[in-house]
Amino acid sequence: MTASLIGWGGWQVVAYFIVLFALVVPLGGHMARVYLGKSTFLSPALQPVEGLIYRACGVDPDREMSWKEYALALLALSFSGFALLYAILIGQGVLPLNPQNLPGLSPDLAFNTAVSFITNTNWQSYSGETVMTNFSQMAGLTVQNFVSAAVGMAALAAMIRGMTRRKAAGIGNFWADLVRSILYILLPLSFILALVLGAQGVVQTFSASIDAHTLEGTKQTIALGPVASQEAIKMLGTNGGGFFNVNSAHPFENPNPLTNFLELVAILVIPTSLCHSFGIMVGDRRQGFALLAAMSLVFVPLMLFGIAEEQGGNPHLASLGIDQTASAQQPGGNMEGKETRFGIVNSGLWAAATTAASNGSVNSMHDSYTPLGGMVPLLLMKFGEVIYGGVGSGLYGMLIFVVITVFIAGLMVGRTPEYLGKKIQSFEMKMASIAILAPSACVLIGTALGVMTEAGRAGLFNSGPQGYSEVLYAFTSAANNNGSAFAGLSANSPFYNTALGLCMLVGRYFVLIPVLAIGGSLAAKNTTPPSAGTLPTHTPLFVLVLIFVLVLVGILTYAPTLALGPVIAYLQMIGG
Amino acid sequence: MSQKKHIKSRNPFRGADVGLAMRLSIVRLTPLYQARNPVMFVVFVGSILTTAILTIMLVTPARVVGGGLPVWFVAWVTFWLWFTLLFANFAEAIAEGKGRAQADSLKKARRDVAARKLEKASDHSKQHSVPANTLRKGDLVLIEAGDFVPADGQVIDGIASVDESAVTGESAPVIRESGGDRDAVTGGTRVLSDWIVVRVTSDPGESFLDRMIGLVESARRQKTPNEIALSILLAALTIVFLLVCATLLPFSAFSVTQAGAGSVISVTVLIALLVCLIPTTIGGLLSAIGISGMQRLISANVIATSGRAVEAAGDINVLLLDKTGTITFGNRQAVEFYPAPGVTRQQLAEAAELSSLADETPEGRSIVTLARRLFGLPERNPKDLAATFIPFSAEQRISGIVINERHIMKGAGDAIARLVALKGGFCGPEIMREVEEIARKGGTPLMVAEGPQVLGVVYLKDIVKPEIKTRLADLRKMGIKSVMITGDNPLTAAAIASEAGVDDFVAEATPETKLKYIRKMQEGGELVAMVGDGTNDAPALAQSDVAVAMNSGTQAAKEAGNMVDLDSDPTKLIEIVEIGKQLLMTRGALTTFSISNDLAKYFAIIPAAFAGTYPALAKLNVMGLASPESAILSAVIFNALIIIALVPLALKGVKYRAESAEQLLTRNVLFYGLGGVLTPFIGIKLIDLMLAAAGLT
Repeated sequence: MTASLIGWGGWQVVAYFIVLFALVVPLGGHMARVYLGKSTFLSPALQPVEGLIYRACGVDPDREMSWKEYALALLALSFSGFALLYAILIGQGVLPLNPQNLPGLSPDLAFNTAVSFITNTNWQSYSGETVMTNFSQMAGLTVQNFVSAAVGMAALAAMIRGMTRRKAAGIGNFWADLVRSILYILLPLSFILALVLGAQGVVQTFSASIDAHTLEGTKQTIALGPVASQEAIKMLGTNGGGFFNVNSAHPFENPNPLTNFLELVAILVIPTSLCHSFGIMVGDRRQGFALLAAMSLVFVPLMLFGIAEEQGGNPHLASLGIDQTASAQQPGGNMEGKETRFGIVNSGLWAAATTAASNGSVNSMHDSYTPLGGMVPLLLMKFGEVIYGGVGSGLYGMLIFVVITVFIAGLMVGRTPEYLGKKIQSFEMKMASIAILAPSACVLIGTALGVMTEAGRAGLFNSGPQGYSEVLYAFTSAANNNGSAFAGLSANSPFYNTALGLCMLVGRYFVLIPVLAIGGSLAAKNTTPPSAGTLPTHTPLFVLVLIFVLVLVGILTYAPTLALGPVIAYLQMIGG
Repeated sequence: MSQKKHIKSRNPFRGADVGLAMRLSIVRLTPLYQARNPVMFVVFVGSILTTAILTIMLVTPARVVGGGLPVWFVAWVTFWLWFTLLFANFAEAIAEGKGRAQADSLKKARRDVAARKLEKASDHSKQHSVPANTLRKGDLVLIEAGDFVPADGQVIDGIASVDESAVTGESAPVIRESGGDRDAVTGGTRVLSDWIVVRVTSDPGESFLDRMIGLVESARRQKTPNEIALSILLAALTIVFLLVCATLLPFSAFSVTQAGAGSVISVTVLIALLVCLIPTTIGGLLSAIGISGMQRLISANVIATSGRAVEAAGDINVLLLDKTGTITFGNRQAVEFYPAPGVTRQQLAEAAELSSLADETPEGRSIVTLARRLFGLPERNPKDLAATFIPFSAEQRISGIVINERHIMKGAGDAIARLVALKGGFCGPEIMREVEEIARKGGTPLMVAEGPQVLGVVYLKDIVKPEIKTRLADLRKMGIKSVMITGDNPLTAAAIASEAGVDDFVAEATPETKLKYIRKMQEGGELVAMVGDGTNDAPALAQSDVAVAMNSGTQAAKEAGNMVDLDSDPTKLIEIVEIGKQLLMTRGALTTFSISNDLAKYFAIIPAAFAGTYPALAKLNVMGLASPESAILSAVIFNALIIIALVPLALKGVKYRAESAEQLLTRNVLFYGLGGVLTPFIGIKLIDLMLAAAGLT
């Protein structure tokens, strides 16, 4: 911990949280109104459009769906989205808006990319600017950036409805939730953010690239494209798939500290605000704030720890007589892989935020972090992307942990477990178990395959614990639908494209469907009114117990993998 | 009762056959038996694997399968893995054993006796002697003084005192008679005096006693819904840890090639790690906790028809309590005399005493006692008086005495008013005011009249049980709403309700209003418990989530309820709720403890398992364990011993207090959560020190 953390950097972190949490109440309130089907300040302008969409698609937005119907509609949309995107990516060579005459993608890369974008993972095995045509970026990827985010939010809304209804068969209408998520939440926010980013220098053009002549006399091709519009939804929808390969470290995606600040806010603003929407929808705001508190109490210490580790630098360099303290002349600490215009604090904050939310964008290269600094993003993903998490998916993932916590803690107060008056019984436990098991199984089995097989080991850039961490990070990122990459792993191979693609599918739908099932099952139950004997789920005590369970499950599942990766790397670093 | 419980709490094994439990622990080491519990089945398979590895190591000189581990180490791990299983089996067997002891004493009651079978209830002369076990439903039997009741049945004629101690443990005999709510008799009990004719209500093997024996001794009892849900969670955790340990093999192989040092983790160490991580503590004790929850209920002399009912008892948030017998003493007592104008208090008291001399009801006796105490009236035996007594009739609702031409009558206000009106008298407004006043205070006004003149009113008071108030307050702390059910009018009911401190009351209750009230509560999501004994209680009992039928009640009530209280004590319901809560708490506490334990086990095993590959990991050996072998062994031994150490807790249940959920959670999280994290650090270190002291490592 050095001067810069407490100084300017520290104030930036404080300012960040003030702005972020100030937005929770207005945005959370707005989203709750959207999902409760109430009119919002946008309704006069957008209701006709909404109605038009329903009429065009032949959808009755008031028709209640059972959880199975809801899941079926959701899967049908996702699968069609996949098929369409896959076709676009394979055939982009002959499709319009291809000034650079780029060829179609290989089948495994197209599969990986299509899965990645429909699952809101946005893992990128390719370099955006040299592989994707503008058509693929706009009609393919950006569309899924909106749709996949809206799918997550819709599923959350359905689950919450299930928790609030009594002896009901339905949990809402998927098509209405989808349309409303996009129309009333994602589009307006993206529109504003894109304009601001554009004004700050994020490019937005259909020109392919410009050629520059460098001082050395060589020709450099500088890629351009419709970046600002994609950047906005990339951040807001916790997508994270950058236009450029280096993502938000690229000056055309993230030119200055102000855009960096705004993009950071955009990463977490919807996931945090949804907690408040949840509180409103279940009729007890304290429930929402309790979950937000639980998430923040995990996030803030880990983020500060990560920044402190990065600022601390490498002891081996110190022993060589290199000054790593921050001063007016230098940022100090470990600056490898970080942009000088952001520095350590904003890189560390981004690394934590992007992995906490299932965003996955980067403004620095996590592979170059110190062992423990790099473990922070890894840990945040290993908690199952529920510390804020993806839009919708983060909170519904957290609610799965709440179900498990309530089950254990509820028994300890001498009642069969209940949450918000709903009994948690074997069906809910079965579904919650699947939702927790599926991503963990993918991470462990995937990483095992990665280090066991020749095809897996071929992708490694580093040896030893670092190489292990690279594979572990990739599978953790994919299975938890984060999409952030550690770098240092060449993942564009049939093995990784296929294996990671499968992990993304399992990690998304084996959580999403159990979530809807729980929603449906809870909707059908009666609600027990609270009494002094009811386990209170809004108190600091419950928040602590929830964190305890969350951290314990995460650590118990991944302790050996962490020990063999970042922990041993750290111990070797400090041990010499 | 409390005395009995106190003794029990000192020795949790009391009443159980420890030797039999040990034998069963070994006998049950079969794949079929172990497969019932997924957690312990994994341990079972692990134990077989290490045994196989050990055997191969012993017979082959190369010892390739051991992964370079010393034979003694593999032997010790194997030994303790088997003991983990034995301890879990023992916990279950000892819990069952306690039940078996109870079942045995019940079986003694089920003796084969000869029954006097009748052809017609009215004709006692035509009787054949048949063995009791041949009696079928609908048969009629005559039971006389000294006879055992041959089967469960309903008294259709006669009245008798019955010794039910064989079933209830209560030595005082009870009265059983035809008609009303005391007409059920249980097979195995004994008629002490008089005779009764009973219609048999159960076929052989289906009697109440048979069902009780089946319940208490059945080892293959059904899992309750919450147990199933918990088993799912435990199975999921087991799968997670299976994956963790299985993938550790390739991770270790990769690390070894990368580091160029050490050897790949051996299967024995992986199995040791797996068994330590999977929730064996709760997995091994789960069924013992469930069985002993039922036992505690049986110790309280309550028989539940299913484990489900015990669990539901913990969830109850509305408790319907009958006023009479539960909240108030069953009988009302005279506390004051209010004379009419022109009548002295003593005149009224004397008249009231005279009219009650032959009245054997508790109310009547209390009038006599009060009058004598207040005015020092002499003792007199009604038989010595030249008087005619007019017994109470349900039709007239009055009783009285005719002595020396004096007609003294007492009864309900309206009945006496009608009577005096017939004789040309009338009821003054002062009297009517007193009557209303008494009713408002929750009492029963009893009017006394001599001829056409009303003498005054006797104030009969419902005495609220002194301890009920604190119990109801405890219930409120636990978030349980108490509702008083009474046939009284709303005015009286309200007065008693406020005196006893119940949250709500249903006045002028009929079976229909009770049923409607329960339905309304359930519609609102409440879980309702009630006590009942009469046939007319049956619909409400059937509707309740927890329904306790009194053993003295009718067969219909017992069939409708899901529990039977052998003591026929309506306040027992409160105890039942506590037992249910304690069962759930014990389950939750041990689950939390079991999972929290894993942290320390990782700290013991991971540095040890990778010591050869990454020596730097030794820094994680925070407990400073002597050697890698000792570290792994200590964790395995701790894991086995903790099961046996927690058996008493599983049998007794965690300490229960009437507290709010928040307070309970705080205490239990600190104790079993935090305690669960810290205990194994200390335990493993101690075992490691002992192993080192024994020169084993």
